[in-house]
Amino acid sequence: MTLFVTALVTGLGLGAMYGLIALGFQITYSVCSRVNFAQGSMVMLGAVLGYVLTQRAGLPVIVAYPLALVGCALMGMLVELLLVRPFAVRGSEAWLMATVAGGILLDNAVMFTFGNEPRSLPSPLVGQTWQIFGTGVYPQQLLIPLVAVGLAVGLHVLFRRTRQGRALLAVVQNPEAARLMGINTTAMISGSFALSAVLAGVAGLLIAPLFSVHSDMGTLFGIKAFAVAILGGMTSASGVMIAGFIYGLVEALVTTYLGSSYTYIVVFALLIAVLAVRPNGLFGTAALRKV
Amino acid sequence: MPVRLNLTRRTVMAGAAALGLLSAVPATAQEDPIKIGLVAALSGQSAKSGEAITRGIMLALDKINGEGGVLGRQLELVSRDDESNPGKGLVAARELVQREGVAALIGGLDTPVSLAIVPFANEAKVPFVGPWAAGTPITKNGAEENYVFRVSAVDEIVDEAITEYLVTKYGAKKPGMILINNPWGESNEKGLLKALEARGMEHAGIEKFESNDVDVVPQLTRLKENGADGLFMVANVAPSAQVVKSLDKMGWDVPIASHWGPAGGRFTELAGVSGEKVHFIQTFLFTDPEHPLFVKLQEMFPEIETLADVTPATGIANAYDSVLLLAAAIEAAGSTEGPAIREAMYGISGVEGVIKTYDTPFTPDNQDALGPNDYLFSQFVDGQIIPLAD
Repeated sequence: MTLFVTALVTGLGLGAMYGLIALGFQITYSVCSRVNFAQGSMVMLGAVLGYVLTQRAGLPVIVAYPLALVGCALMGMLVELLLVRPFAVRGSEAWLMATVAGGILLDNAVMFTFGNEPRSLPSPLVGQTWQIFGTGVYPQQLLIPLVAVGLAVGLHVLFRRTRQGRALLAVVQNPEAARLMGINTTAMISGSFALSAVLAGVAGLLIAPLFSVHSDMGTLFGIKAFAVAILGGMTSASGVMIAGFIYGLVEALVTTYLGSSYTYIVVFALLIAVLAVRPNGLFGTAALRKV
Repeated sequence: MPVRLNLTRRTVMAGAAALGLLSAVPATAQEDPIKIGLVAALSGQSAKSGEAITRGIMLALDKINGEGGVLGRQLELVSRDDESNPGKGLVAARELVQREGVAALIGGLDTPVSLAIVPFANEAKVPFVGPWAAGTPITKNGAEENYVFRVSAVDEIVDEAITEYLVTKYGAKKPGMILINNPWGESNEKGLLKALEARGMEHAGIEKFESNDVDVVPQLTRLKENGADGLFMVANVAPSAQVVKSLDKMGWDVPIASHWGPAGGRFTELAGVSGEKVHFIQTFLFTDPEHPLFVKLQEMFPEIETLADVTPATGIANAYDSVLLLAAAIEAAGSTEGPAIREAMYGISGVEGVIKTYDTPFTPDNQDALGPNDYLFSQFVDGQIIPLAD
């Protein structure tokens, strides 16, 4: 019983994190069929900015964290402007490699400026543990799924209920028509990359107190989140979020019951099997090709 | 490190010739410094280890060069960052030997990196001295002419020591293992199994985790459910901290005997106060701020204010002694040729290091200068590593 509850708590916490980062992939992919492969580095950037602003500049969290997220948004826009747009306008797929390279560049730039030692970002929510069915959890762990689901719902509302959201959807459906209707397509795409980076930044700030802050902390998250985005079907926000939870749970259950040696073998074999049966992911729909 | 330059006509000519021929000039001119190459993690999670090794080497070079150098020549350090990456480490080692013409190589903290360099060092016949990485097969590499020496802990012996510690101090009967998933973890898995087998003891499981794993609770819960009454931990500082945080979350208070990973950084900042409960081995500790080497260290590196600023004293001491032993061997060999230095390594005696005085530290059957009697158990208290009180 303890084993199961432990796996559940760990899996849901990590799954929410993967889902949150994967939402970033989903947003830009929906808007312009492209993604920022430096998403893992955006996670790191959020955590590092949060650390620097609170621990070195001494700002209160309420000021520092929004500032850190603004930093992430700007970086997301920069990635789109410099690493995606120049290739996209020429119909080249080189943005794929360019964003990967951008992530490596950012990781190394942070290593030289922030320092090369892992540091700890304190949070009042990891001070003591709560006991749930015989296993302990930090309140911070419970905060992650809450924030992740909250943001997913918020995004849904943003898309469906606001003017900007609808404009974004219009761009998704038909960029040319949207442009003719007076919607600034370029700004919408840029905005989607900013939003994507902010989601990653939120994930970084949430995970940092449970982990340590260092320049390559986001790499593995970025890779797993991309797997989650694919599993969820890339186009469906709720699908991606659910895929995140599934991935996290399977990972934790395999580790708990089969042992950690099997985690990656089983998880990725399952992922391949799922994609073989459902090439568009669990919740994705096949893209319509109009002739 | 200031290298003294005597600007005689000969050096100027030699310099000009060197410029003209670039690296093709053989390092035979008596005035040329003897280069010692360092391949270690100078950046990334284990950067503090590279810093400590560099400091130890600098201290030794300062002493040796101050006393007139080796074979009448100054010693010079050439460093390369391996970023804890075996591929990069091997490329760096090659470059140091082939382009820089180093007389010997010194390694870093990462066992996988050292293991990548070992075959190259043996093939190129360049002595490779390890001041940190503890993987058993680094020195026990099966080469007929083994050029790899070590002034550091050895996994096999550490595993024996931490097993003995858990058994005698905590009466552990069924300890569990939580090991990093890399060759270093594997090396210790073998060593720990051997140590347990020798005592006819069983274990509560062998769990592995990745260096970027956030939550190790599932692995630890398995060990707990299997009745582990003690833990062996083998991982570098950041992942070790994740183990301690996960134990905290579970509320599981269990004795932990660790390899020396936690010493590589700000362990208690990362792990919280529970990090103080981890007991780990070291080969050397500064306990007295009046220690002559510590005073010297402060002179050379003014940023070191207290003992707490030299967290991995082990790295400094091992590297310091490594260079003293190498210098003694080069002097005795009367040459910077690899095979001659290697032969001379076996004849070293009376070298006064900071860890101990070395008399015949190496034989062809044992290329490790330190043994179980040179290990100390220690823990973090207020961010500083101190020896454990008995």
